[in-house]
Amino acid sequence: MLVKQISVFLENKSGRLADVTRTLADNNINICAMSIADTTDFGILRLIVNKPEDAERFLSEQQFTVSCTSVIAIGVEDKPGGLAKALDILHDNGISIEYMYAFVGKTGNEAFVILRVENPETAIETLLKSGIEILPSDKIYCA
Amino acid sequence: MSCWNQTYECMSREEMRKVQSERLIKTVKRVYENVPTYRKKMQEKGILPGDIKSVDDLKNLPFTYKQDLRDTYPYGLFAVPMSEIVRVHASSGTTGKKTVVGYTKNDLDVWSEVIARTFTAAGAGKDSFLQVSYGYGLFTGGLGAHYGGEKLGATVIPTSSGNTKLQLSIMQDFGTTHIACTPSYALYLAEEMEELGIKRSDLKLQAGIFGAEPWSESMRQEIQDRLKIKAFDIYGLSEVIGPGVAFECDYQNGMHIPEDHFIPEIIDPDTGEVLPEGSKGEIVFTTITKEGLPLIRYRTRDLSSLNYDKCECGRTAVRMSKVTGRTDDMLIIRGVNVFPSQVESVLLSIGETAPHYMLVVDRKDNLDTLEIQVEITPSLFSDEVKKLEDVEKKISKEINSTLGISAKIKLVEPKTIQRSEGKAKRVIDKRVIY
Ligand SMILES: [Zn+2]
Repeated sequence: MLVKQISVFLENKSGRLADVTRTLADNNINICAMSIADTTDFGILRLIVNKPEDAERFLSEQQFTVSCTSVIAIGVEDKPGGLAKALDILHDNGISIEYMYAFVGKTGNEAFVILRVENPETAIETLLKSGIEILPSDKIYCA
Repeated sequence: MSCWNQTYECMSREEMRKVQSERLIKTVKRVYENVPTYRKKMQEKGILPGDIKSVDDLKNLPFTYKQDLRDTYPYGLFAVPMSEIVRVHASSGTTGKKTVVGYTKNDLDVWSEVIARTFTAAGAGKDSFLQVSYGYGLFTGGLGAHYGGEKLGATVIPTSSGNTKLQLSIMQDFGTTHIACTPSYALYLAEEMEELGIKRSDLKLQAGIFGAEPWSESMRQEIQDRLKIKAFDIYGLSEVIGPGVAFECDYQNGMHIPEDHFIPEIIDPDTGEVLPEGSKGEIVFTTITKEGLPLIRYRTRDLSSLNYDKCECGRTAVRMSKVTGRTDDMLIIRGVNVFPSQVESVLLSIGETAPHYMLVVDRKDNLDTLEIQVEITPSLFSDEVKKLEDVEKKISKEINSTLGISAKIKLVEPKTIQRSEGKAKRVIDKRVIY
């Protein structure tokens, strides 16, 4: 049920993000979702791509520092309170979120949320019990 | 202009050579008999103490290196039993870099003597109030200046370093006339004074004796203008004795060396050959009165030159020029000796492999700053900002506890730090000093 996410270390200097996207494009890898966390000196680019193993390999070859982590993807109804419900459940069960980001699904009437938690297995169990939709890789990964 | 010790400071060159020769002969005999390292070094060169008949023979003696002190850590180069050692100091440094120096009662006397000469040359005397704002502790600055000030008969105010507001209020209330500290701290004091609105007329300050870090003529000008004092340069290194190995007189034109205690030479750092008078090269010292830790031809790694002309002040003692660089990669940052290899060992202790790194030294608002750029490695990398920031904090904390200075840690991408063929370039020094 977990989705693979590629994280890349980026220094805050111009052109680095473009270097990543070009490397992926050159190798025919499609970016489904992305988010950047940044500080004064560096940023961490997080990517959901259609071919995570390939992405990790090609980026490493280009001397990027890359890691692959498992994250949870949930689908929330595209209406007020959709996300709040899921977050409340996690909170009530003492599961804290390291980071999260959202993107719109292919059909456009559902929002996808990527969650990184300390213990993903427990989190999935908890969410499933409460009827939250957990999305498998094939539903998240774009073509 | 008065001297503390007219006899030795103004002695003719010929007489000085006689004094040096006598003392050198004794020192060589002493180390040969008491220090295995020296005996071995001399035997390897086929030299016996009896072969040394005057200062002319100095050039035949083997060199001593900082490594010799490390190899014999802590007391292996001492020439007297520990019962005669009354004080030890140590150079700032970490495992593998630390050097311990020891003093007999007589050594402390010599040290105080050369500092008394230093302060006298800077215009201080019995009636002066001397604030010692060098750190007190294992570092030789504070206590060295302290005892020298007492020998001089000045009123010593041992404020040590830090707590600038208190330093300034003491300066006003106690009537400080002379201050001994690092030149960058002197400028910091000037800034704080301006900030706190302390008027120059509230102070009795006349002169400052500044050392422990390289500083420029323009920095001297700035200190003199802003503090309205005369700023004197002082040179020293703990291995030779501490501060007081050389000092400026009123003419501020090179630092006089108390040659009756320390014989300087300028050598070619690569060949070890003694260079002709006036040449620029590595300055090497031989101590000829020290008992605890006598040093023969100690390689300072500092680049300087010697001027034997009689000074306008009347002293005949040779003058060394300001140190213009190093022959090794040691950095002096805020008075602390830093070797890139120390940073490397800290990084090794944190990551699984030694990352590439670069030390970027700069001077902002007259204070040295150190940024350490560290290439991220897969083992240090995390997809969480918090964890990467923890890595930075951890490195910073370790650097602080081993080197004693704070540094900004900047994680950078792999392969972004310049690679060089052969010896890696580990330092970018942006400070404009000379
Ligand atoms: Zn002079």
